Amino acid sequence: MMNAIQTDGLTKFYGRSRGIIELDLEVHEGEFYGFIGPNGAGKSTTIRILMGLIHKTRGSARILGKDISKEKEQILSVTGYLPSEAVFYPDMRGRDLIRLSADLRRKDCRKTSSDLCERLQLDPSRRISELSFGNRKKLAVVCALQHDPQICILDEPTGGLDPLMQREFFEILKERNKKGMTVFLSSHILSEVQRFCSRAAIIREGRIIASGSVEELTRTNAKRVTVRGTFDPSGLPDVRDLQISGDMVSFLYGGDINLLLSRLSRHQIMDLSLSEPDLEEIFLHYYTEGDEKE
Amino acid sequence: MTIFRHELRQGRLSLIIWTVSIAFLFAVCIFLFPEMKGEMDQVSDVFSTMGNFSAAFGMDQVSFGTLTGFYAVECGNILGLGGALYAAMCGISMLSKEEKGHTAEFLLSHPVSRTRILSGKLAALYFQILVLNAAVLIISIVSIYAVGEDIPWKEILLLHLAYSLLQIEIASICFGISAFLRKGSLGVGLGLAIILYFFNIIANISDSAEFLKYISPYGYAEGTEIVTNISLDGMPVLLGMLYGVIGVCAGYIKYNRKDVM
Repeated sequence: MMNAIQTDGLTKFYGRSRGIIELDLEVHEGEFYGFIGPNGAGKSTTIRILMGLIHKTRGSARILGKDISKEKEQILSVTGYLPSEAVFYPDMRGRDLIRLSADLRRKDCRKTSSDLCERLQLDPSRRISELSFGNRKKLAVVCALQHDPQICILDEPTGGLDPLMQREFFEILKERNKKGMTVFLSSHILSEVQRFCSRAAIIREGRIIASGSVEELTRTNAKRVTVRGTFDPSGLPDVRDLQISGDMVSFLYGGDINLLLSRLSRHQIMDLSLSEPDLEEIFLHYYTEGDEKE
Repeated sequence: MTIFRHELRQGRLSLIIWTVSIAFLFAVCIFLFPEMKGEMDQVSDVFSTMGNFSAAFGMDQVSFGTLTGFYAVECGNILGLGGALYAAMCGISMLSKEEKGHTAEFLLSHPVSRTRILSGKLAALYFQILVLNAAVLIISIVSIYAVGEDIPWKEILLLHLAYSLLQIEIASICFGISAFLRKGSLGVGLGLAIILYFFNIIANISDSAEFLKYISPYGYAEGTEIVTNISLDGMPVLLGMLYGVIGVCAGYIKYNRKDVM
C-alpha cells in the first residue's frame, strides 16, 4: 500500500537554527494522522516543506508517491491545505477568494464550495476585511476542501473556530476520511488527536520522539497514581507531574510497580487509584523525559 | 492567466489613481501652453543664462516657446518622474507584498509553479505600465488637438516610447529586488527611482559624471535631446533593457529558491 506521506531523514535548518532533524514519517493512505508537539517543535516547518513553501536542507519527502521537490504541482492539485493563520487579500470578497482558489486549481468547485459554506454557516458575500478570525478560518476550510482533495494537511486547524463549528468541521473531515481522504493534522490539542486520529507522531525540538497508533502511544508503562493519605513519593524512581493537594497526592509513575507497592504499604493509605494516563499525560511524559535526558 | 487577472484586480485602484493624476497634470500643462507661449521666449532667455541649472534639466537645448520644447521639459518631467515612481512602486511590491501580507502561503499552496506565478505577475506589471502610458498619450493628443496646436507625432511618440521603456526598466529592476525582500519596502523602490533621476541631473551638469547616463534610464529618456534629435540613442536603451532583463532573471532565480515564511 502506498504511503500518503513519507519522509526519510527530512531535515531543515534556517541558517544555523534548527527546524527539523532527520524526520522519518509514514502516513498511510486513508489515515487520520495526528502530528503533536508544542509551539516551536517543528510541526509547521514539516508542513511547510511538504507544501513546498520552504525547501528542505536534506532528506526526502513524498506525498502520494510523488517527490515534493520534483512533482510539486501534481501533489498540490490533489492536496488541501489549511494554514494555522488564515490570511487573505483583505479587499476581496469571500466568494471571489473561493473562486480564485478554484481557478488556480482549474476546477469548477461551485457545488462543493456552496455546500461547505452552508454547513459552516459562512456568508461568502462579505469582504474578507470584515470577517472575524473564525470566519476567515471557515473560508480557509472551504478553499482547502472544495476541490475534493485526496489528502488534507491541516496546521492547527481549530484555532478560532467555536466549539459548534469545530464539531461540524471534524464531521466534514470524518465524512471525507471515510470516502478515502487522508488527513494529516498538526495540533497541540491532544484531546483532538485522541478523539479523531488513528495514528500519531510526537515531535519535540525538531525530532520525532514517538510514533504509532494513538492506542499504542497511550499504552505506556507510566501510570497515573492517585493516593489519598499520608504518602511522600520522593525517592521513587521515574516520578513525574507530581501534584499534592491536601491529603491527595497524584503523580505519573514509570518505575517498577512492586517498588511502588512496597513503599505504599509502609504508609497509611485511605484510597488508591492506578489508571492509564491520557494522551495529555503521555505527552507530558515524553517531554519531561526529554528534558531530564538533557 | 488567473494570476494575471488577479494581479490586475489587486492593482486596479492604484492604476486608476496614478493614471488620472498624471493625465490630469498633462492636460493642465497642455491647456496652459497657448497662454504661456507668448511669454515663453523671455523665459527661454532667462533659462539660457542660468548655466548649469538649465543644463541639469536639459532646458538649454530647447525653446519653451515651441510645443515640443515645452512638452519635452514640462510633460516629460511629469511622466518621467510620476511614471517612474508608479512603476517602481508596483515593481517593488509585486512579490514582497504577498509575504508582507502573508498571502504568499495561499498562492503557493495551489498547483501553480513559482515560475508561472512570477510570469503572471510580471505580465500584469508591464500591462499596467502600458495602460497608464497609453491613457496618458491619448489624453495628451486629445489635449493638444483641443488647444489647436499641430500634433508633432514623431516627437511625441518617441518621447512616450522612451518614458515607457524607462518605466519598464525601473519596474523590472524593482521586480527583481522585490524577490529578495520579505517586507514591502516601498522606500527602496521609490528611492531607486529618485536616485536614478538625480544620476541623470548630475550627468547633465558634470562632464566627468557623464557615465551615469549609461546607468540611469533617464539618460536615454532625456526629453529635450529626443525632440532635438528626433531619435532615441540606441546604446543606452539597449543597456537599460539589459539591466531590466538582469533584474527580472535575478528575481526568477531568487524566488524559485526562496523559503516563503
